[in-house]
Amino acid sequence: MTHEEFIQLGEEQRKKNEQYKHSIDVCVAAACVSMQSDKIKKSIEDEVKKKELGTSCRIRGVGCMGLCAEGPLINIDNGKSLYCNVKEEDAQEIVSAIDKEPVERLKLSADVPFFNRQLKIALEDSCNVDTESLDDYLAQDGYEALFDVLTKMSPGEALQEVVKSGLRGRGGGGYPTGLKWSTVQIAVTDKKYVICNADEGDPGAFMDRAMLESNPHKILEGMAIAGYVVGADQGYIYIRAEYPLAIKRLRNAIKQAERKNLLGNNILGTPFNFGIEIRLGAGAFVCGEETALIASIEGQRGSPRPRPPYPAESGLWEESTLINNVETFANIVPIMKKGGEWFASIGTEKSKGTKVFALAGSIKNTGLIEVPMGISLRDVVFDIGGGILEGRKFKAVQTGGPSGGCIPESHLDMPIDYESLITIGSMMGSGGMIVIDDSSCMVDVAKFFMDFCQSESCGKCVPCRVGTAQMHTILEKITNGSAGMHDFQLLEELCDIVKNTSLCGLGQSAANPILSTIKFFREEYLSHIHDKHCPAGVCKIKKEEEVIS
Amino acid sequence: MSKVRIKTLKIDDRDVGAREDQTILEVARDNGIHIPTLCQLDGLTNLGGCRLCLVEIKGSNKLLPSCVTAVEEGMEVSTNTERLQKHRRSIVELFFTERNHVCAVCVSNNNCELQNLAKQVGMTHVHFPYMYPALSVDATHDRFALDHNRCVLCTRCVRVCDEIEGAHTLDVRGRGIEAYIITDLEQVWGESETCTSCGKCVNVCPTGALFEKNKSVAEMKKQTKFLPYLTMMRGARR
Amino acid sequence: MELAAKKKAESTKDKRKKLVDATMRRHGHASHALIETLHSVQEVYGYLDDDALHYVAQELRVPLSKVYGVATFYHFFTLKPQGEHTCVICTGTACYIKGVPAILHAIKENYNVDAGDTSDDGKLSVLTARCIGSCGLAPAVVLDGEVTGKLEPDTLIERIGSMIKNDA
Repeated sequence: MTHEEFIQLGEEQRKKNEQYKHSIDVCVAAACVSMQSDKIKKSIEDEVKKKELGTSCRIRGVGCMGLCAEGPLINIDNGKSLYCNVKEEDAQEIVSAIDKEPVERLKLSADVPFFNRQLKIALEDSCNVDTESLDDYLAQDGYEALFDVLTKMSPGEALQEVVKSGLRGRGGGGYPTGLKWSTVQIAVTDKKYVICNADEGDPGAFMDRAMLESNPHKILEGMAIAGYVVGADQGYIYIRAEYPLAIKRLRNAIKQAERKNLLGNNILGTPFNFGIEIRLGAGAFVCGEETALIASIEGQRGSPRPRPPYPAESGLWEESTLINNVETFANIVPIMKKGGEWFASIGTEKSKGTKVFALAGSIKNTGLIEVPMGISLRDVVFDIGGGILEGRKFKAVQTGGPSGGCIPESHLDMPIDYESLITIGSMMGSGGMIVIDDSSCMVDVAKFFMDFCQSESCGKCVPCRVGTAQMHTILEKITNGSAGMHDFQLLEELCDIVKNTSLCGLGQSAANPILSTIKFFREEYLSHIHDKHCPAGVCKIKKEEEVIS
Repeated sequence: MSKVRIKTLKIDDRDVGAREDQTILEVARDNGIHIPTLCQLDGLTNLGGCRLCLVEIKGSNKLLPSCVTAVEEGMEVSTNTERLQKHRRSIVELFFTERNHVCAVCVSNNNCELQNLAKQVGMTHVHFPYMYPALSVDATHDRFALDHNRCVLCTRCVRVCDEIEGAHTLDVRGRGIEAYIITDLEQVWGESETCTSCGKCVNVCPTGALFEKNKSVAEMKKQTKFLPYLTMMRGARR
Repeated sequence: MELAAKKKAESTKDKRKKLVDATMRRHGHASHALIETLHSVQEVYGYLDDDALHYVAQELRVPLSKVYGVATFYHFFTLKPQGEHTCVICTGTACYIKGVPAILHAIKENYNVDAGDTSDDGKLSVLTARCIGSCGLAPAVVLDGEVTGKLEPDTLIERIGSMIKNDA
């Protein structure tokens, strides 16, 4: 496809869109689909056909609108009215009201903190593009950034924009993306690879999934730009098999892009070649670690190997490899379009831009949000998140999944950025944020995470393999009331060993949920140990009398 | 021919020189500095799994496995700090708690690398709870047996079978604390279609997990010379 | 009649094998296609049996023990045949704190199946998954491939009941 054809395609689609008087956008991301939004969309289509409104109403299945708690969501006429908790039988009423007053009983105000305090960059067009249509993405300047980079910039210039943006890896570690890209750019190997890490394994995280389901082309475009910058012609997306809908849409998007020569050889008439293949994960959290992920793509057991050498030097098949996670790639297109300086103007001094979080747990507005770095946890939980579920009291917010920690009320005013979270013993992680209320026991929560780490440990290194199992056993003893202070000391000692001597990030951070709960909720541990009492009433502790009788 | 560059570094305050392709462990050994190891074995690829050869490097808070970390110019390495000693003791303890290492009834008693390590690192007792897993012994092979109770999952046997013998009869099943060594599709060893009965796995095993049948307590001595020999001969042929 | 049925069975067998072969061909029978191929096997046969593992090992020239090591490392793969219906329970953090233990308990009470097992009559397999990413719907459960969320144990038991009954 030449550039003229490419521009023309976008134009045509835009014109087509303008013909419609109304738009009905139904969210078809996983959360809403599991509340039957695909069937609702079908009913609306039938209804529109019946009323012969086909020429004036455009119906699209679009990506995540964020407020999963109120799903299924439908957006009428680009935000004129937003309907929530829609059911199949509402279709007729919705279509009938399209030219009249909106259906009040379904309406959700968009002028609430949940929507107006967010700043969307990675998710910018996620709820405004047909999830399965390349043409619709092209109508909104899709692949324009790739074209501009290929035709107007050298790889070095494009790299400079990423460096200037100050973007840091969104998968958890926060390594400067520009630095990573430049290491791969200057590496001298026969071949180079770009890998998108979509093995979103943190329990409680669904950001990457939503991004891939909503606008897969944006990720493909970001990867292709990365390929051009670092000099790679082959990309892989390593995605969890647990995400069938995202896989389906990605496959579809790759096929569409190949057909239109947006992927493949001589992309858009330039000398640049880049292909993308999908590789499925198979239920191993440790494969989110980059060296384990590479082993998995190579068809091996997903065991990490010691770094250095880093994948940028020696990665997939020992070639220089760039690995970034989905959200990192999602930020590339906006950075190329608006410039690195624009991106760097958002956020804090060391953490630039925005971060997508998945809100879950005991919070009113469960769903997906994107906020500027530096916003306080309190604002996220109580303002955007709408606070705790009725009748419950806030206890902690868990960030960073099994590698992170639990943050109590006293630290809620802390700004969200990479460094602050690490200072208090948690981490940014990929962006899962789970709100815990007073009905949960923090020792039980720590046990949950240790159960997770123990069964996800690959078993290659001893501290993680045996240490996590030992820690789990001790937590089991504490929660059933049979532990003494000696066990508690052993637990702390094990945390230290596992943290310092494990091979990979999984082991090195496995102790974090325990350490942070000990730090902030020590009295809960002591209550289990000394008083044989679980303050939240979660743990079934056998009272001594019962044991005797 | 490309010139091999020489790097200079400090190990335990001693100035040493090394080829740029050497690991810290190799250089330390060349200079008579002892670093404890378990999964590492000359002639096999290095794993970095047992974590006993961890060393401290000035300027980094992370402990690095010396068996796979390449030397760098100006590096200052410490191999035996108090912090390392403490961690090594704990790691050896964890090995002992993982399975049922009862030396008194073991064929490899007094000829066991794990036992030697315990002595080396000064482990006097185990203060973490024993896990006592219920594990089996596979004695179906004509000449050898595999006792999972003594296995430390160093995977020397897996590597020697794959890299030296070329049979790849052995591998690891499952993961984490539930991992164990298998033959082929987890049929018993005696029914393996691929085992050549060469016995290399038995001889590289650091403990009494792999042993020759009909050996009684403390009778199993491993033949350790074959691997350096094979490696040398193969290197010469290349 | 019998012959026709036999033929039909043979042809489905062929068809399945062809799907697996196609996956391997797509990757040029390279050894690194092992995981992709195992996915394909599990998709068409429902699980990985020894015959299939043998076949894949031979075709991709990967040692048997390595195939087995990979198949058992990844928890998405199962070496046992599954029941007619599956109920996958998400055990992610959000689901856990919103009541997964109660759900597992209710299933055990009603169907006598533990997580990871299949009921004696082969009707129901109960599996757990590490976060299916539907945390907004916690607790989330996947019934025969369909995600449902925000379920109380009682409602779930009802849903499982009707799922099993439907094909009776």
